[in-house]
Amino acid sequence: MKTEEMILNMGPQHPSTHGVLRLELVLDGEVVHDVKPHIGYLHRCMEKHCEAMTYPQVVPYTDRMDYLAAMYNNFGYVGAVEKLMDIKVPDRVEYIRVIIGELQRIASHLVALGTFGLDLGAFTPFLYLFRDREKILDLFEETCGARLLYNYMWVGGLSHDIHPDFIRKTKEFIDYFRPTIVELNNLLTYNKIFIERTANIGVCPAKEAVNLGLTGPNLRGSGVKFDLRKDDTYSIYNKFDFDIPVGEGGVGSVGDCWDRYFVRVQEVEQSLRIIEQAIDQIPDGNVKSEVPRRVKPPVGSIYHRVEAPKGELGYFIVSDGSLNPARVKVRAPSFVSLSAIGEMAKGYLVADVVAILGSLDIVLGEIDR
Amino acid sequence: MNAEEIYNLLKEKFGDSILEMVSDVPTEPIISVEPLKINEVSEFLRDADEFQFDSLMNLSGVDDDNVEKVTNEDETITSKGGTLSVFYHLDSTILKHKITLKTSTNRDNPEVESVTNIWGSANWNEREAYDMFGLKFLNHPSLTRILMPYDWEGFPLRKDYENPEFYEGMKIPY
Repeated sequence: MKTEEMILNMGPQHPSTHGVLRLELVLDGEVVHDVKPHIGYLHRCMEKHCEAMTYPQVVPYTDRMDYLAAMYNNFGYVGAVEKLMDIKVPDRVEYIRVIIGELQRIASHLVALGTFGLDLGAFTPFLYLFRDREKILDLFEETCGARLLYNYMWVGGLSHDIHPDFIRKTKEFIDYFRPTIVELNNLLTYNKIFIERTANIGVCPAKEAVNLGLTGPNLRGSGVKFDLRKDDTYSIYNKFDFDIPVGEGGVGSVGDCWDRYFVRVQEVEQSLRIIEQAIDQIPDGNVKSEVPRRVKPPVGSIYHRVEAPKGELGYFIVSDGSLNPARVKVRAPSFVSLSAIGEMAKGYLVADVVAILGSLDIVLGEIDR
Repeated sequence: MNAEEIYNLLKEKFGDSILEMVSDVPTEPIISVEPLKINEVSEFLRDADEFQFDSLMNLSGVDDDNVEKVTNEDETITSKGGTLSVFYHLDSTILKHKITLKTSTNRDNPEVESVTNIWGSANWNEREAYDMFGLKFLNHPSLTRILMPYDWEGFPLRKDYENPEFYEGMKIPY
């Protein structure tokens, strides 16, 4: 019997594509032979905009890339410029940045976990997780006035000092939030239907994951113990004690969708640990004392990378010695993760593509920039 | 292994294909490589036991902005020369060291060897560099535009880029 491959377009407007993304599926019956992602629907050419801006003016543009983890985008960018200009920021700023960054990681992971469940038909956990994320956004709102796009971290400092109640409220949040992880595990993680949909699906072996450029929870889900906070440490992460969870094939094989999911759950707990250690040690100081009046780095280039919630976020900045950057290139973790989907989805079914895409945790704002 | 040692070992193995190392910059040392030797050098860097650069962190095109403007006798201005560069940031997850490679090619016919067969993560990054700078990556499996529309004209991140007046009948800028 003669059979032909069929091409099916998934998206650009599809609830499981997490934004405006079109996947061209090459199918044989229900078996996926290839996935070709078509991106660029949100392309704003942020990198071109940056060349017309001064260095501090770029910060709001970084917010709008990974809009679910805007704080961490700020964190990476200001870190790169500070390294280029050799600025040493006050300890108070470093501590606040780490606390805010880890809160942002939790918020981003909560969206990732919630929408992943949503993609696979579990609606309730999504509502529970968004309820908790709301509390983090409230903390951010009290700190800097914005809930989603913050422009909070400046080159050399912060836009505002923390709210007087911030420490108390953050501690309250930790006490409230820790038990809800158990709730999540009972609701979703060990749910039989969820395991059936994710175990042994989209398996990515460690060596292939490194070669394809997967980073962050996706790489650690494949069993590679690599976390930039420990392996190429930046800011003050070396002062804290935390573990790096890796995928162990808990219900299936190492590197499947469930492993990637569960690494995120465990990372949320580790982030809480970091916040707990940092929150009691915040030293006194002025968060704006090192903010330069004119940001004018010397001629040179720098590649600075941080462990963003979605993976390795790198900023490559070329300076020609003027007030504007000559080139800003963003190494967006989602961009590289999405490019791997063709390899990962080969041989699975159409319904599994949704699971694999959800487990990669992509944000289209960052892919298209 | 630091940049100096890596440079010396590469120089020993590849000779003239390794052009120079710039290390007096305030930030990170950069090793320059011939654009048509980059594949060979990359493969060596990935496979040799002392390097094991198994991950390409970032691949970035850059317009060096060094076009010479020549004023002709009839006072028209023509541009001459100029280079485009590609930066490779390599990282070894096993040995925990990093290195930056750079290769420069001329603007009029910017040809660089692709490294997609060595690091899978290069695939989309090279497509992006082609899309934005018009860099031609030889032997790339599918070098097509990725962020801009397929039928767009020009390469937006080049310094001399000007928007086309119309795209599919729509005025730019609108």
